[in-house]
This record gives sequence, C-alpha cells and structure tokens, in this order.
Amino acid sequence: MSVAARLARAFVASLRRTLAVARKELHQLGRDRLSIGLVAGVPALQLILFGFAINMDVRHVPTAVLDRSQSALSRRILGELAATQTFRLVRGVRDEREAIRLLETSEVGAVIVIPADFDRHFYRGRGAQISIMADASDPTVASAVGLAGQGFGRDLAARMQPFVTGASSAARGLVPLDRPAFGPRSELVVPEPIGIEVLPFYNPERRTAVFVVPGLVGVILTMTMMLMTALAIVRERERGTFEFLIATPVRRTEVMIGKILPYLGVGFVQVALVLALGVLLFSVPIRGSLIDLAIGTAPFLAAMLSMGLVVSAVARSQFQAMQLSFFFFLPSMLLSGFMFPFDAMPELAQKIGSVLPLTHYLRIVRGIVLKGAPLSSLGDEIAATSAFFAAALFVAAATFRKRL
Amino acid sequence: MTNDGVPVIEAHALTRRFGSLTAVDAVDLEVRRGEIFGCLGPNGSGKSTLMRMLLGLLRPSAGTARVLGHEIPRDVERLRSDVGYMTQRFSLYEDLTVRENLEFAASIFGLHGRARRDRVAGALADHGLARYEKMRAAALSGGWKQRLGLAAATIHAPPLLVLDEPTAGVDPQSRREFWEELFELAAGGTTIFVSTHYMDEAVRCHRLCMLRDGRRVAVGAPRALTDALASRVVEISGTAADRAIAALRGSELVASTTQLGDTVHVLLREGAPSAAAAGGALEAFLAAAGLPGARAQPSPANLEDVFVALLLGERLVDDGRAGPASAHGVPAVSA
Repeated sequence: MSVAARLARAFVASLRRTLAVARKELHQLGRDRLSIGLVAGVPALQLILFGFAINMDVRHVPTAVLDRSQSALSRRILGELAATQTFRLVRGVRDEREAIRLLETSEVGAVIVIPADFDRHFYRGRGAQISIMADASDPTVASAVGLAGQGFGRDLAARMQPFVTGASSAARGLVPLDRPAFGPRSELVVPEPIGIEVLPFYNPERRTAVFVVPGLVGVILTMTMMLMTALAIVRERERGTFEFLIATPVRRTEVMIGKILPYLGVGFVQVALVLALGVLLFSVPIRGSLIDLAIGTAPFLAAMLSMGLVVSAVARSQFQAMQLSFFFFLPSMLLSGFMFPFDAMPELAQKIGSVLPLTHYLRIVRGIVLKGAPLSSLGDEIAATSAFFAAALFVAAATFRKRL
Repeated sequence: MTNDGVPVIEAHALTRRFGSLTAVDAVDLEVRRGEIFGCLGPNGSGKSTLMRMLLGLLRPSAGTARVLGHEIPRDVERLRSDVGYMTQRFSLYEDLTVRENLEFAASIFGLHGRARRDRVAGALADHGLARYEKMRAAALSGGWKQRLGLAAATIHAPPLLVLDEPTAGVDPQSRREFWEELFELAAGGTTIFVSTHYMDEAVRCHRLCMLRDGRRVAVGAPRALTDALASRVVEISGTAADRAIAALRGSELVASTTQLGDTVHVLLREGAPSAAAAGGALEAFLAAAGLPGARAQPSPANLEDVFVALLLGERLVDDGRAGPASAHGVPAVSA
C-alpha cells in the first residue's frame, strides 16, 4: 500500500472515531434534561431578565469631528464640548460617509458635525446649529450624548444671557466666548443660543432591549458553550467512563473534536433562539445578513468551546468545572462592554476586556444585527476571536491528557 | 487452552508512587498466552494501579513493562486495539442504551458498516443481552451491567483482556456464568488478566499472583499456593465453635481461626509443628480450657488460608522468577 493510501485510510479511521464520539455525545445530550435546560432555558430567562437593563453614566465617548467651518469659533466650541468629559475627541473626518463608517464599526460612538455656515449664522445671531450623530444602538451612550449636548446648549445660553438681555457695557464684559465674535457686532443681540441637534443612529427610539438582545447572544454563548464542553468531559471523568474511553484506540484530538462538534450545532441553535425571541418579544431589528452573522459567530463559538476544553483539563469534578467557568464568565460579562459601555471603563479594565473574546464578538453581533455592518468592516474583531480560539485550542491540546 | 508459554505481559520492577505512598512496589510479572492469570490482594494492595500501568493509563514511576510485545508506556497507542479493558466500576455510558453502548465501543475500535452490525448483533446474542438492547444501561442490574461491560471489552475480539474486579458486587449465579464466558474466551486463545477478591474465583485461575502493600508476595498455580500450607491447617469439631475460638486465641500455635458451621478452621502459625502433631496439642489445650470433647484433625488448606498467611506477613510461594519472595529462601513452586 502506498504512503498516500495508508494516510488516507488512517484519516478515514480517525474521522470515523471522531464522528463516533460526536454521535455518542448527541445521544447523551438528547437524554440529559439539565443540558436541554441549559440550551433552551438559560437564553429565554436571561433575555427576559436583561430586557430591563440599567442606564449608566457615560463619559469619554470616543468622538469624531466633522468640522466644516474650520474656524477659531468652531475649535472653541469643540474644546468646550470636550471639556464636558462626555466626549473624547479622537479624530477628524472628511465627510459623512467616513463618519458613518466609523459609527458602523463602533470605532466612535458619536460624530460632532459643525456645518460650514456655522460662523455666519452665529454672528447673525440666528440658526447656528451643531449636529451630533450618536450611536443609539447603545441607548446609554445615546442618552448621555443627548444630555451632554442639551446641557452644553443650555450652559452656553446661560453664559450669554447677560449679553442677550441687557445691552450695558458691563454686561458686554461678561460675554464668555471669543471677544472678537461678539465685539464689533455686540449691538446685534443674539436672540437664540446655538442649537444642538442630536441625531440618534441605528436605534432611534433608544430602546434598551434592542441593544441588549444581540449582546445577550454573546453572553449566553459564553456561559453555556464553555460550561457544556467542560461538563461533557469532566462528567466522563466523574462517572468513570473516561477510563473506558482512554483505554481505546481513540486519539485525544478525536475526543476533543468529537466533543466539540455537537456543541457547535447547539451554539447556532442558541443564537437563532435568542434572536428569534428578541424579534418576537422586543421587535429587535435584524439589519445585517444572517450569513454574515453565522460566519462571524463561528470563531467565537469555537473559542468558547476550546475554553471549555481548557477548563475540563484542569477541573476534577463537575462542581469545579462550574466554578472555573464562572471565573471566566464574570469578567467576560462585566468587562466586555455588555454591562457597562466599554469606552466608559477605566483603562485597565479596557485592557483586560480587549483580551476577552466576548468584547470582540459583541462588536460583531451588534454591528451586524443593529447596524447592518458588512462582515468586511469587522475583520479586526473576527481576527481577535480567531486568535483567542487558536490560543485556547493550543492550551487545551497541551493540557488534555489521555491518562488518568 | 493454547498456553504455549509465550509471554503476553512482562513487567520488571514496575513501581508507581503517589506522593509518599508506593502503590505498586517493584513488581515482576509474567503472564503467558492463553492463560487466565489472577491477581489477588486486599483493597489498596495495588491491583488496579498495576493494571492501569500495564494499559498505559498511568505512568510508572520506575520499572519497565512489555505488553503484547509493545513497550509500555511508550508504544501504548499501538497496543490499544489489541486489548479489552473492564474497569472495576461500570465504565460504559449509563444514559445510552445497551445497543448504543456496543455500537459506540465497536466504532471506537475501528469497526464500521457491516462488520460493526455483525459484531454488535453477535455480542448481543452471545452475552444474552438481545432482549435488553433498547434498555438504558443505567436500568440494568449489576450482573447484566457486568455482562455488557464484558461484551463491550471484547467487541473487537482482542487477544488480551484485562479485567479489574469484574464481578465485585455481583450475585454468585451471575459470577459463575461470567467465569464460564471467561473460560470460553481463554479456550479461544484470549489471554485474561483478572483481579478479584473472591477465593472461589481465584481458585479457578490457571495461575495467581498475590499482592500485599504493592508488593508481589506470591505467584503460582492456586494448587501450588495451597500446597505450601499443606500441614498447617487443623479442623476442630465436637465442641461449641465459638467457645473453642475464644480459647484458641490464647494458643501460641494458632495464627488464625475461621468458623465453618459447627467446626473451626485453624491455620497454624509459621514454624508450628505439623498439623498431625499440633492436633494433639490443641486437643489438650482445649481440654485444659474446659472443652474436653474437642477433636482436631489435619485438613487441606484453602486460598483463604494463603491469603491470611500473606496478611500476617508470611512469604509463601513464588514460581521462581526474580522477585522479593525468592530472597526468603522458600522453595520455588512452578506452575
């Protein structure tokens, strides 16, 4: 027999053993009420619980600037907006298209648009208008931006009040903005303050559920996928069936892949379940392509399943597996941007968060579902979850032993 | 039996330590093709650890082993498809049916398609499992579980079968039937390495090794082992057994006593006079203790006596190959 034929036969034999493990796993899964509950019950429960989320105080929203006025006045206004600490001005953009692309990929949470005729309107004292495009798919960010915008507008109005109402020279001295702006034309009373218009994008009604549901997809997958894989292996150890299994010709990679395969399917079922419930109960719009979502979900699922393998290599009992899973699950939930807006977290928390696959998956799932972002714009996030998958698989392969 | 003397398992100074505990201590072993080789020893004497090392499930701390010509643990993966292993605890899937368990075992051992169907059908029929095929393994009684275990361990017709206390907690009738199946397998050329607690099972092995505290303390045919205690057993009758036992505790000649109905089975201490001579001494001793009717007669030793003697620290029989026992100067008895 040629080398190639022998390799092919060995591969087919290996595939058969892998599928035998997967089939066995499916049989067991179908009979385990607890696992079925984990697959179906947890998503339903969480969806309803998190449908009522809490609003948070948001600061340092990364913000892009589309300054068409390019004047001393516009720079002054931007400086004051940045000083409110709600906005963190990260970059300028050239046009609306670029602005929307940045919003779509979550690179920024808001875009401040200062129109070209801003100065003219301002000096005329009428109709000076600034727009803030806010990513309202996260309602907490949107409402914070809205509040900050309105507050800034009111504040500006209050500081201009003495000038507006009284025409005395003493009052003129109190004008807070650029003297030249008011100086020569101070006789021209400013009858209305600068209008601040907030344009909520993606989730105009700013409904929390709309934002939470896609994120919940990631949270539920993190919780159930890792735990189910870990339990599937630890259970074999606990019940003694592992000893039978490892005394057979089955290879450890075959055990690992055979264990993971059924749960990949289960994961996709969960995604479908959560989204379907989200659409039915909370009218969550699905703007992107479901195929994109499936492709974007696969590496994240694989990452979570591999984490389950890592947990199973360490845990000696189902209870330990449960504890270890929570050790990973809690930071995922808290630091990924699910509970608190990612940009509002302290720097250290952000650094930890950016290692967690959930952080990146949330951007993928929110991007596709809420903003209709194309997969191509989420390449970085997919690369990040894939890298985590590779790392977890490597650790799992290094620690998973076919020994007692 | 095709016992042609070809070694199937060879172990030299095999040792396994868990921390400060030495579970298996420099054990030498040779199991030959086609024999049923028993491993006897109290709980914690290292039987399971020894088996797990031979199967590559545990790494030895020291020593070497070859099983079916493969060096263990280095080449253990090449050994896998030639060994059937039944663990002490039921280690198949309780939430799968009898048939599903067998199908899974067959697939994992590389059987597929028609070969798999035929083997599974054959196993169901041979082990009388056909009427339970759709039942979950969890619902089977102990005896049937253990049959299913044997059916799964032999689904790929392995030349070597390793059974770790396969009949623990199983009723006598099921045990008998189980052993009949083992003899059939052995007759077909399968080598069987089996550990047990039961003396009646140990007697049925072709050869035995006895372990105590991880050390091999005896190896040989059951007959050779009991013969080593030939003139060391006395049976006492004609008196109240319980009173005789109480009295005999005070005798320097007696190592242990066992009540068998109305009689008392007495193992004499190592170095005591032979049973014929000691019998008179014991009769006199009991008479002095207020039991004048007691009669003492020499009796054949059984494996329980061997077990007791070993527990007391005696080194009895060894069939000659290097090992701790031969240092003791006891004549070697060959199987």
